[in-house]
Amino acid sequence: MSETQLHPLIAKYARKGAQRQPHCAGCGNGIIAQCMLRAIEELDLDFGKMVFVSGIGCSSWIPSPFFNTDVLHTIHGRPLAFATGVKLSNPDLRVVVFTGDGDGAAIGGNHLIHAARKNIEILAILINNRIYGMTGGQVAPTTPHGMKTRTTPYGNLEYPFDLCKLVEAAGASYVVRWTTFHVKQLVSSMKRGLLKEGFSFIEVMSQCPVQYGRFIGIRDPAKMLLMLRDSSLPISKAKSMSEEELEGRIVVGEFVDRERVGLTKAYKKLLNEVQA
Amino acid sequence: MKTVKQGTYFWQGNEACAEGAITAGCRFFAGYPITPASEIAEHMAKRLPQVGGIATQMEDEMASIGAVVGASWAGAKAMTATSGPGFSLMQEFIGYAFMTETPCVIVDVQRAGPSTGQATKSGQGDVMQSRWGTHGDYSAIVISPNSVQEMFTLTIRAFNLAEKYRTPVIVLADGTIAHMREQTIVPPIESIETINRRKPKTEEKAFFGLEEIPPMPTVGEGFNVAVTGSTHNEHGIRFTADPTVHRRLVGRLNNKIKNHVDEIADFESYNIDECQIGIVSYGCTSRAIHEAVENAEKRGIKTGYIRLKTLWPFPESIIKKLAESAEKIIVPEMNLRQMFYEVERTANGLAKIIPLNKIGGGELITPEELLVKVEDGEE
Ligand SMILES: Cc1ncc(C[n+]2csc(CCOP(=O)(O)OP(=O)(O)O)c2C)c(N)n1
Ligand code: SF4
Ligand SMILES: [Mg+2]
Repeated sequence: MSETQLHPLIAKYARKGAQRQPHCAGCGNGIIAQCMLRAIEELDLDFGKMVFVSGIGCSSWIPSPFFNTDVLHTIHGRPLAFATGVKLSNPDLRVVVFTGDGDGAAIGGNHLIHAARKNIEILAILINNRIYGMTGGQVAPTTPHGMKTRTTPYGNLEYPFDLCKLVEAAGASYVVRWTTFHVKQLVSSMKRGLLKEGFSFIEVMSQCPVQYGRFIGIRDPAKMLLMLRDSSLPISKAKSMSEEELEGRIVVGEFVDRERVGLTKAYKKLLNEVQA
Repeated sequence: MKTVKQGTYFWQGNEACAEGAITAGCRFFAGYPITPASEIAEHMAKRLPQVGGIATQMEDEMASIGAVVGASWAGAKAMTATSGPGFSLMQEFIGYAFMTETPCVIVDVQRAGPSTGQATKSGQGDVMQSRWGTHGDYSAIVISPNSVQEMFTLTIRAFNLAEKYRTPVIVLADGTIAHMREQTIVPPIESIETINRRKPKTEEKAFFGLEEIPPMPTVGEGFNVAVTGSTHNEHGIRFTADPTVHRRLVGRLNNKIKNHVDEIADFESYNIDECQIGIVSYGCTSRAIHEAVENAEKRGIKTGYIRLKTLWPFPESIIKKLAESAEKIIVPEMNLRQMFYEVERTANGLAKIIPLNKIGGGELITPEELLVKVEDGEE
């Protein structure tokens, strides 16, 4: 493909030699990558002052090495801890973390709640495909109850996390959930999250047509997107519904958007006081 | 008070370590409390803000070293401090720091293990963990202080080696050295050498190869660096299956340490060319050697010693030299034989290697116990 045929967002933001996303055809990760770049483009942010940190998993390959700025691909479960060091050390950088539901909610679950509690000025995008994609379809802490996966051949005995509620309770400034169907809303929430002071958390319910798809017997990405749309329910409506009524539904929208002092801002104040 | 001034101080080992770090230019510390290392975190929490640095307590040791590696990419000289249990938890990220060539310093103040063991008692059980703790093929630089003074000077050296070789460096201290108080001399600050990582020139793009020690960019400075713990080429692009790229990268990372053993290795030696009995010692255990050697000589036994200030890369040539003259080499350790095997392998039959081991209760090996070994020279 010649330069001129590239999508303008790719031409502008992708690393040369890494313009193609490595994900399977129809994977939700490509949609999320595009939404992120759109949000950056619409805000006209300085891409060179943005740092993308990710863990290990398919979703952690969204920025790395694709985005042509500083991209730090770390280890499984720990991108938030790593990003905390980057942000504390240089608060002028805009730090964005990409993580998966296994990466961010299982092995890295502790770092997630603590990043929210500290309210460090990081935007975390957690891609929830309700499965371990990269390792071949094992159960995640977000997999629906009863579902068969590679490691729950008789059905999942456990219940999934409601990550937005968790992160809200832990203290984040901004918490929102969308699906890969809601691209317009996702872009606008990403813009909000990028500018917000404090910890911003965006959970994106995404389709994994390859691993999740084979266990639900639907491998068509378009069908999966429609399923995501049809099971979504705005948070305003969900508020008046019972738990039974909410069974199997994806509550989407803003869980919280509040003003709280971010950690690096507080640290800056402390530095001024101590050094005065 | 800003950075420490020239003078004589009566410091605790952990305090000296923290002051050494700050003198070396450390401006980021992340840690998690653990005996006998907590005073380093406490001291850093108080002192780093005074010099414009960041000190933070993280949710665990994995987060601590993660934040340290992240801070290093943001341009800071960064350190964490822990003890055995936390050191075990850090191992995955230490491998990542090695693979991504991230300078940072990890202090392990050893205590008696395994597991929670005797948390308040000193030990030397992490010698092999400091060398082989992470998975895969890697090489470690490990520093071994034996006094409060060296907690200061060798922590500075640890930063210099980390910055020079772009690799994690471990300060393997122990509960004894960390908790005791001794006179510590801070020389004129201008006389203290501090090394900073080589930064790339604007046009440079290869941050992970071509040269033995490539330049390291700081994020946010326009170098668009791609960092990954997966096997990568000189531009940081993943090559997760290509055998050549893997051999080239992992080969270079190990060689950049192996090829500079002589420059990295640091030790004190005495009478190694003409002794019957040699001692190879390090850390708190080595504090018994002077008295033992003196008494042995009074009894007419020609004795020499090597006191290692760096454990890894292992200084084979000096150990070989000792093995060529001594008939027997005693290796006193507060563990159940760790460095013993390395000395034995290196001596390769030239001398008989005799272990002297003591664990539990933080009890040190005494000069008398060492003298007994020197005199009868039996296992
Ligand atoms: C310490 C450690 N344990 C296990 C793995 C193997 N591993 C790689 S990715 C992954 C799970 C990925 O699932 P998720 O985070 O949901 O990302 P996805 O691939 O679904 O986007 C696991 C278990 C690893 N790399 N490191
Ligand atoms: S396995 Fe699933 S999550 Fe991973 S790239 Fe393929 S479709 Fe996407
Ligand atoms: Mg997943």
